[in-house]
Amino acid sequence: MNDSKGYWAATLSLLSKILVVWFLASYGAGILFAPALNTIHLGGYPLGFFFAQQGSIWVFLALIWYYTKKMGEIDRAFGVSED
Amino acid sequence: MELQTVTYLIVGLSFALYLGIAFWARAGSTSEFYVAGGGVNPVMNGMATAADWMSAASFISMAGLISNMGYGGAVFLMGWTGGYVLLAMLLAPYLRKFGKFTVPEFIGDRFYSKGARTIAVVCLLVASITYIIGQMTGVGVAFSRFLGVTKEMGIYIGMAIVFAYAVFGGMKGITYTQVAQYIVLILAYTVPAVFISLNLTGNPFPQLGLGSDFAGTDGALLAKLDQVVTELGFPQYTTSSRGDMLNMFSYTVSLMIGTAGLPHVIVRFFTVPKVSDARASAGWALVFIAILYTTAPAVGAMAKLNLHATVNTAVKGGGDLFAAENSIKYDERPDWMKRWEVTGLLKFDDKNGDGRIQYYNDATKNEAVKAKSDAAGWKGNELSVNADIIVLANPEIALLPNWVIALVAAGGLAAALSTAAGLLMAISSAVSHDLIKGVFNPEISEKSELFAGKVSMGVAVFVAGYLGLNPPGFAAGTVALAFGIAASSLFPAILMGIFSKRMNSAGAIAGMIAGLSATLFYVFAHTGIMFIKGTEFVELVGGKNGWFGIEPNAIGTVGAIVNFVVAYVVCKVTAPPPAHISELVESIRIPKGAGAATGH
Repeated sequence: MNDSKGYWAATLSLLSKILVVWFLASYGAGILFAPALNTIHLGGYPLGFFFAQQGSIWVFLALIWYYTKKMGEIDRAFGVSED
Repeated sequence: MELQTVTYLIVGLSFALYLGIAFWARAGSTSEFYVAGGGVNPVMNGMATAADWMSAASFISMAGLISNMGYGGAVFLMGWTGGYVLLAMLLAPYLRKFGKFTVPEFIGDRFYSKGARTIAVVCLLVASITYIIGQMTGVGVAFSRFLGVTKEMGIYIGMAIVFAYAVFGGMKGITYTQVAQYIVLILAYTVPAVFISLNLTGNPFPQLGLGSDFAGTDGALLAKLDQVVTELGFPQYTTSSRGDMLNMFSYTVSLMIGTAGLPHVIVRFFTVPKVSDARASAGWALVFIAILYTTAPAVGAMAKLNLHATVNTAVKGGGDLFAAENSIKYDERPDWMKRWEVTGLLKFDDKNGDGRIQYYNDATKNEAVKAKSDAAGWKGNELSVNADIIVLANPEIALLPNWVIALVAAGGLAAALSTAAGLLMAISSAVSHDLIKGVFNPEISEKSELFAGKVSMGVAVFVAGYLGLNPPGFAAGTVALAFGIAASSLFPAILMGIFSKRMNSAGAIAGMIAGLSATLFYVFAHTGIMFIKGTEFVELVGGKNGWFGIEPNAIGTVGAIVNFVVAYVVCKVTAPPPAHISELVESIRIPKGAGAATGH
């Protein structure tokens, strides 16, 4: 199958989804909404502080691995994988 | 065994290991020299990237910075990790598919212009050289503090070690020593942190300990810390930030896209065999980085509480912080404080002459705190603590055995050396591959180019050593400038090169120049032209932090926006790129057919 437009559209749609989560976890929960989230507690962590100094990093990790897995699937679906 | 002996032994062993690897991993071709032959396993590359990335500043200073800044320290944590998401998704796989040796080479080919390539080389050199000054001074400081040699001698030893594996091994030697250096530095960082966390919270994982109860009480550690520091007049730990929300936002963006745009990090992804490996490798890099970056905030907060608990028994006992008997007597201070007083990083000044240590914020605006400290007869803060102590003295504060203290010394050196080597690689390949082969002498043979690469590397080592020995007056704060430059020039150019087929040579060049100029203009307005005192022109940008209250360190974000806007506008009014460029962009977007990286 030679559908480079479809492949690129699928890639961009995956990227935008991931970037939305990336933004919400760091700039959203860690900065913009941190004061509000600090009224909630996760164990001993105020939630906004948790996202700023721990949670955002865990989310970043999950996002990269999700991206790697999904891109592999998209590569294979469009027949452009390297294997 | 004596601490000094153990330190020499452990540091000596780690150096022997690096030199052994250097001998084993000599580079025989330009491909081995520039991209380690393109055959590095993605997990190994992840480790090497982590060591490349985490500098003396990450290892020694970051936890202390967070400890001082509290919540606001998150800009470094999020900025220096979130950039990897961008790198993994937006840049690394496509640049790997492009399959060349350097970042300026991509910019030159994609924008079909030697001019663009030369501008990229200049941005790369300025960013990398400003960055490396900090690493070389870090090497000197680490040597002098741990091994009792002079700072100058420390830099000479550091230069000799880096010279051995970087000049002969190129990227191949650097990659495998960085793997070893990562292991040394991460052990050195986490072992003391685990013990501190156990001491203070009973939880061996610092990441969980930070969210647990303070040992011996039923209150959360962070709540306790907030309570103690506010009672003593300091800002509340979990909410205090630098500047307003927009500044914090902008600072984080600048560090994130700066991270993604730093050439010495990007080139690490040229060393793996496949596009899918480049993606996975970014994931592994972040795993290895996150181990340190999620430990650092715990170390920062715990060390702060520990310090307060050490000098004021009411922190643990729960009594009145201002009661005279709760401040410890200077004569009864723990041994580690005595040792660090010698270095000058910890200072005591008995202002009210009562023989006890009072540690509080005497500049507080909180009237209640002022009234209480006045009533207690306190005449000002008596303890000053350098932020670097937080990591360096951690093992001693936790009463850990000498080999752990020695390991921290080896870790600090590993962090500084690995980053210095990565930067030297980026500098020397820009000179030998982009300038000598790319611009001046395209007909150069592979053998001569390899020789030129080794010579540039040797020269770069000496320049870096010289700058480390004679740091220019502007050395402090230049690392932030490196991020600003990468964020405002290289990152937007590479991103548009991949994601916009329409972006042409004129647009990219105009964008890079505009973004870089805006950034430098704002920074120089605050610090003086080329950091020369007396040439500041801060009134031209509307006063200190005049653009939206953003501090100069955070201005890379604005520079990047300027870059994008100018590039877009110029591109609209000039001719589209030729057809073969569209095909090039088509081809880098698709993983299939990625060969090993080449220089042709």
